[in-house]
Amino acid sequence: MWEYTDKVQQHFLNPRNVGEIDKPSGTGDVGSLACGDALKLTLKINNDDIITEAKFKTFGCASAIASSSVLTEMVIGKSVEEAGKITNQDIANALGGLPKEKMHCSVMGREALEAAIADYRGLVLPMAEGQVVCECFGVTDLEIIRAIKESSLRSVEEITNFTKAGGGCGKCEDKLREILQNTVSSKSEAPVLKIKPKRMTSLQKIKKIEEVLEREIRPGLRKDGGDIELIDVDGDFVIVSLRGACKSCHKSQTTIKEYVEKKLRELVLESLIVEEEN
Amino acid sequence: MTTANEKVVYMDNNATTRVAPEVVEAMMPYLTDSYGNPSSMHTFGGQVGDAVRTARQKVAALLGAEPEEITFTSCGTESDSTAILSALRTYPEKRHVITTRVEHPAVKSLCENLETVTGHKYKITRLKVDSDGMLDMSEYEEALADDTAIVSVMWANNETGVIFPVEEMARMARQRGILFHTDAVQAVGKLDINLKELDIDFLSLSGHKLHAPKGVGVLYIKRGTVFVPFLTGGHQESGRRGGTENVASIVALGRACELAGEKMAEENGRVKKLRDRLEEGLLARVPKSMLNGHKTSRLPNTANISFEYVEGEAILLHMNQHKICASSGSACTSGSLEPSHVLRAMGVPFTAAHGSIRFSLSVYNTEEEVDFVVDKMPAIIESLRKMSPFWKG
Repeated sequence: MWEYTDKVQQHFLNPRNVGEIDKPSGTGDVGSLACGDALKLTLKINNDDIITEAKFKTFGCASAIASSSVLTEMVIGKSVEEAGKITNQDIANALGGLPKEKMHCSVMGREALEAAIADYRGLVLPMAEGQVVCECFGVTDLEIIRAIKESSLRSVEEITNFTKAGGGCGKCEDKLREILQNTVSSKSEAPVLKIKPKRMTSLQKIKKIEEVLEREIRPGLRKDGGDIELIDVDGDFVIVSLRGACKSCHKSQTTIKEYVEKKLRELVLESLIVEEEN
Repeated sequence: MTTANEKVVYMDNNATTRVAPEVVEAMMPYLTDSYGNPSSMHTFGGQVGDAVRTARQKVAALLGAEPEEITFTSCGTESDSTAILSALRTYPEKRHVITTRVEHPAVKSLCENLETVTGHKYKITRLKVDSDGMLDMSEYEEALADDTAIVSVMWANNETGVIFPVEEMARMARQRGILFHTDAVQAVGKLDINLKELDIDFLSLSGHKLHAPKGVGVLYIKRGTVFVPFLTGGHQESGRRGGTENVASIVALGRACELAGEKMAEENGRVKKLRDRLEEGLLARVPKSMLNGHKTSRLPNTANISFEYVEGEAILLHMNQHKICASSGSACTSGSLEPSHVLRAMGVPFTAAHGSIRFSLSVYNTEEEVDFVVDKMPAIIESLRKMSPFWKG
């Protein structure tokens, strides 16, 4: 039997804010039936960016339901920016702690919240873009690295407790160990994976992109006899055109994705997608 | 936690059983006055040796075996490991073991270790089951090979109660000169077993599944079967299992086997009726619920029911509020992150596997308890489904 705190039991037996908001400002849908837990979080956000209502529907065990319930209580009344700072540890703490094997339930809560906020802002979460490491539960390397950094994980077992990765067939265990070693040894690096909570208007976005292109990207390309031109910014899609030597370079796609996109994401918005004009 | 609460509705007898009051009474003297060592030369110890002998006869009687075929162990798991490893040591040149995909972890983990720890020196064939949890006998027949050291197939499945045709399987193994072991932990006391007439070489049983205490088991070794001990030490158990006997529990197990023999008819009569009443009541009253496992080739006390779109641990904790005890094959209760290997082997869809609940009854259950459970379950399932993003009811 799991050792659940009174708080977990209260939220499990009398969950708050169960349901689904009609026409929500943002929706976060994470997990799946196959994985054994899933959470659909819906938020209502007013013009001042304050979360006025939050509701959840959860398929899962007691700690998944309790994590969802307490999360709704935590976010109501907060600004979107404040809510965006809630970590899985905050959720677990609000419940008076969770058994270590159940920490992934709090992570699911955090993921749903992030997804709902991203949905509200019209952003795409970067996490899903990593490479799937654990095929049983569809966990990507980016999610694993983030969990390692945020929760100071130190073993494969802990990674499984927090992300579920490795909890199925176990075939990815070696890969997890490798990611753990690499992440722990490079932990001095700043956590680049946090979404920038700042919301930008289109004009601000375009200005900032131009600025970064000019200051950070062009000099490097020009050194190789190339150049880049900004064609359009449509939502999170940044359309560019490579010029000069870059145009005919067979590595142009790599330049765009590995260099231009990476820089723009780092310095402007995490969610940007850079594409070449065809 | 409440202890010994009269109001507890205990329907988790495949996990463990209540120690019968008669059993407690029988074992008590060996925890108090009669503390001698059965191996001692003096009368004080010798009397204890007599009690162990009597217990051995009682166990043998329940199984249709001879007392010298009974070896006391510490648990079912020890019996399983002892039997399988004995066969492998007896035939070191044979490197193949046949088992099923739905074995208890006691056998399952041992077989996994035989593969991995030995650097795949051993090849394991795991027989498939169909959606009812039944084996394909032609697959079994084809798997039997000259290289096969032992077949280990459970008599009845702990999660679904499905009964395997071990009598027939043992006969087929014997014809090929292959040893046959069965983990009969769930079957003993519920099914009529007469080992004299069967080709089963090894059989494991566990005391706490039939109203004796935890910490005692038996390995039946058919007379004439070559045996290599697992636990070596003193000459206890005719040199088959070293270590001073767990006398009180052995006496308890003897008494429990005696009682099981007396109550076999009740298990298959009254208990079975209660189980059917429970099962029919739940399936009728809860929409989108289904039985896991073969309807008839099944233990009389077990009902494994899936409630779709809800998760087992959450169900169990709600049941716990009413002091109803059962088990689940959901991921969250299996100790891993995936649902029960038994239900997955049967191809039970994830929607149902995560929401499976095993009810296992005993002679101590009553009709009132069954009706109480049938009364409480629909509201529990409904409240959780209301919360489930997948429920479109």
